[in-house]
Amino acid sequence: MVIQQIAFYLFSFVAIASAFMVIAARNPVHSVLFLILTFFNAAGLFVLLGAEFLAMILVIVYVGAVAVLFLFVVMMLDINFTELRHGFLQYLPVGAAVGIVLMIELLFVLGTWITAPEAKLGGESPISATATNTHALGQILYTDYVYLFQGAGILLLVAMIGAIVLTLRSREGVRRQSASEQTGRRRADAIEIKKVAPGQGI
Amino acid sequence: MQTLLFGDIATLASEMVIALAAMALLMIGVFRGDRSTRLVAWLSVLTLAAALALLLDGGDSTTIALRGMFVADPFALFAKVVVLLGSAFAIVLSMAYIEREGMARFEYPVLILFATLGMMMMVSANNLMALYLGVELQSLALYVVAALRRDSLRSTEAGLKYFVLGALSSGMLLYGCSLIYGFTGTTSFESLSALFLDRGAQPSLGLLIGLVFLISGLAFKVSAVPFHMWAPDVYEGAPTPVTAFFAVAPKVAAMALFLRAVIAPFIELVGQWQQIIVFIAIASMLLGAFAAIHQTNIKRLMAYSSIGHMGYALVGLAAGTPEGVRGVLVYLAIYAAMNVGAFALILTMRQKGGMVEGISDLAGLSRTHPFRAGFFAIFMFSLAGIPPLAGFFAKFYVFIAAVNAGLYALAVIGVLASVVGAYYYLRIVKIMYFDAPTEPFVRPIGGEMTVIVGLTGAFTLLYVFYPAPLIAAAQTAAQALFR
Repeated sequence: MVIQQIAFYLFSFVAIASAFMVIAARNPVHSVLFLILTFFNAAGLFVLLGAEFLAMILVIVYVGAVAVLFLFVVMMLDINFTELRHGFLQYLPVGAAVGIVLMIELLFVLGTWITAPEAKLGGESPISATATNTHALGQILYTDYVYLFQGAGILLLVAMIGAIVLTLRSREGVRRQSASEQTGRRRADAIEIKKVAPGQGI
Repeated sequence: MQTLLFGDIATLASEMVIALAAMALLMIGVFRGDRSTRLVAWLSVLTLAAALALLLDGGDSTTIALRGMFVADPFALFAKVVVLLGSAFAIVLSMAYIEREGMARFEYPVLILFATLGMMMMVSANNLMALYLGVELQSLALYVVAALRRDSLRSTEAGLKYFVLGALSSGMLLYGCSLIYGFTGTTSFESLSALFLDRGAQPSLGLLIGLVFLISGLAFKVSAVPFHMWAPDVYEGAPTPVTAFFAVAPKVAAMALFLRAVIAPFIELVGQWQQIIVFIAIASMLLGAFAAIHQTNIKRLMAYSSIGHMGYALVGLAAGTPEGVRGVLVYLAIYAAMNVGAFALILTMRQKGGMVEGISDLAGLSRTHPFRAGFFAIFMFSLAGIPPLAGFFAKFYVFIAAVNAGLYALAVIGVLASVVGAYYYLRIVKIMYFDAPTEPFVRPIGGEMTVIVGLTGAFTLLYVFYPAPLIAAAQTAAQALFR
C-alpha cells in the first residue's frame, strides 16, 4: 500500500507541476515536452487505478500522435508565441472565474458523496476481477453493442461519401504526380545528345 | 458467454445485403467513374429486390436479435416492404432525369441505398440508441441527396436548410432520449414498457418532458405541424426525382418509427401522449389543407399535400388502438403508391426548354396527352379521398379508428380538412381538363415511367375490389406492435 501511495503522490505531483509548466514555460517546444510529461504521469495514475487499457491508449494516442503533432506544428510553423501570450494578464480574471466554477462543481460532486454515501454506489462501476480492461471494453463494443458499432461505422462512411460528393471537383490544368511515369522515365526521354562541331558552338 | 450467432445474421439478412451491396457498388462507381451510373442504378434496384425477396422469405415471426437492439416482426416487415418498394421505384424514376439533367453521379443510387438501410434500421429499432442511429443514417444520406445538384442555388439551399433544421431535430430527439434514459435507467423498448406495466400509469415529470421532446423530433422527421417548415422549401429546391424519393420512403419509415417509438414502450402512457398527437394531427391536416390552396408550384403543392397526409395518418396513431395502427399502415401503403404515381407524372412535365414545375403548365393536358391527364386525375382524386379510389379507403380506416376510440372531434375536423383539401386537388384536374392548352410536353416518357404509372394507377383504381391482402397484412403488423 505504501508503495502505491508513494507512486500516487509522485505521479500527481509531477503531473500538476508539469501541467503548470506547460503554460508557464517561455519556449513553446518546452511547453509541448512538458505536456508529454503530463500525459505520461496521467497514464501512470490510470495504471494505479487499474485502468491499464486507458493508460496505454493515452500513451499511444496522446503522446505518440497528438503531442508529436503539436511539436511539429510548433517547430514547423512560425508562430510568434510571445505575441500570443501578450494578453495573458488581461484574460486572467475570466480564466480564474471559469476555474473557480469548475472547482465549485467538483466540490459539489464530492460533497454529495460525503452527505449521501449511498449515492456513490449508483455511480460506481467496479473493475471486473475476471476480465482484463481490454477484454471488458471489447465485450461491450464488439459483442453487446456490435449493432450500434457497425451502424456508426456505416454512418461515418456516408458522411465521408457526402463530403466528397458535395465538395470534390476535378479541376482542369492541375499537374499531378504520377509515380509510374516518373520511375518509368528513361534517359533517352530526358537527355538529347547533340553533336557539336568543333569550334562552332551550338 | 454468447457470441454473435448465425441466427442474428439471418435476422438481419436483408439489411446486410443492402449494406454490403452499397459498399460494392461504391467501389464499382469509384473505379469506373460517372459513366457507370446507369449500371450502378440498376444494380441498386436489383439489390433492393434481393433484399425484398430475403425479407419475404424470412417470414413474419417475431425475432429479437443483437442483444435486444434489433427486432424483426410483422410490423417491421410491413414497413420495410413499403420502404423497399418506394426506394426502388424512386431510383427507377430518377434514371432518365439524372442523365438528361447532367446530375448522373454514381453516388446518387449508392446514397439512396444507404438511406434505405437507415430506414430499415429505423423501423426495426428496439432501443432508443438503435432508433437514433437509424434516423441519423437515413437523414445524413438524405441531406446529401437534397444538395446533389451543387451548382444549383436552390438545390444547395434546400440541402443546407434540411441539414440545419434536421440537426436541430436530431438534437431534440437526443435530448428526449437522454431524459427518458435518465428518468428510467433504460433505453430498451421492452424494459420501458415493462416498467410502466409494473408501476401503473404515474410517470415522472422528467420522463414526460423527454417523451415530448422525442415526439417533437419524430414529428419533424414526418414533417408534421409545427415542425413542418422545412418541407415546402426542401421539396421545391431538391431535384424532382429526389423530391419523389423524399415524399415516399423516408416518410413511410419515419411514420413507422413514430408508431413504434410511441406505442411499443409507452402504450401504457397513452393518456399522456394522446393529446399531443391529436394536436399535431389537427394542425397538420388544417395547414396541409389551407396552405396548399395558393401554391403555384406543383412540388410545393405536393409538400403541403404530404404535410396534410401525415396529419391524417397521425389520426390513426392518436386512436392508440391496434385498429388505429392498422389504419395508419394501410394509409402509408396507399399514400406511397399514390405519391410514386403522381411524382412519376410530374417527372414527365418537360417542355422543349426543359423541366417545368408550374401548376399552370398542366393546362389542357387532357387534349395534348389524354393518358397522362387521365392517370394524373386518378391520383389527384385519390389524394383528395374520393371514393371508390384507394385514397378514400386510406382515410376511411383512420377516421373509423378515431371514432371507435371516442375521438369524435378529431374525426370530424379530419373530414372537414379533407373537404378543403379536395379543392386544390380538383383545381389541378380542372386546369388539366378545362383550360386552354399551353405548350405541350415532350412526347416519349420512357418505358419505365409507363410501367410505374400503370402499376400505381392500377393499384389506386382497383384497390376497392381486392383490399383483403393489404388489410390482413396490416392487421398482423398492428397486432405485433401491441404484444
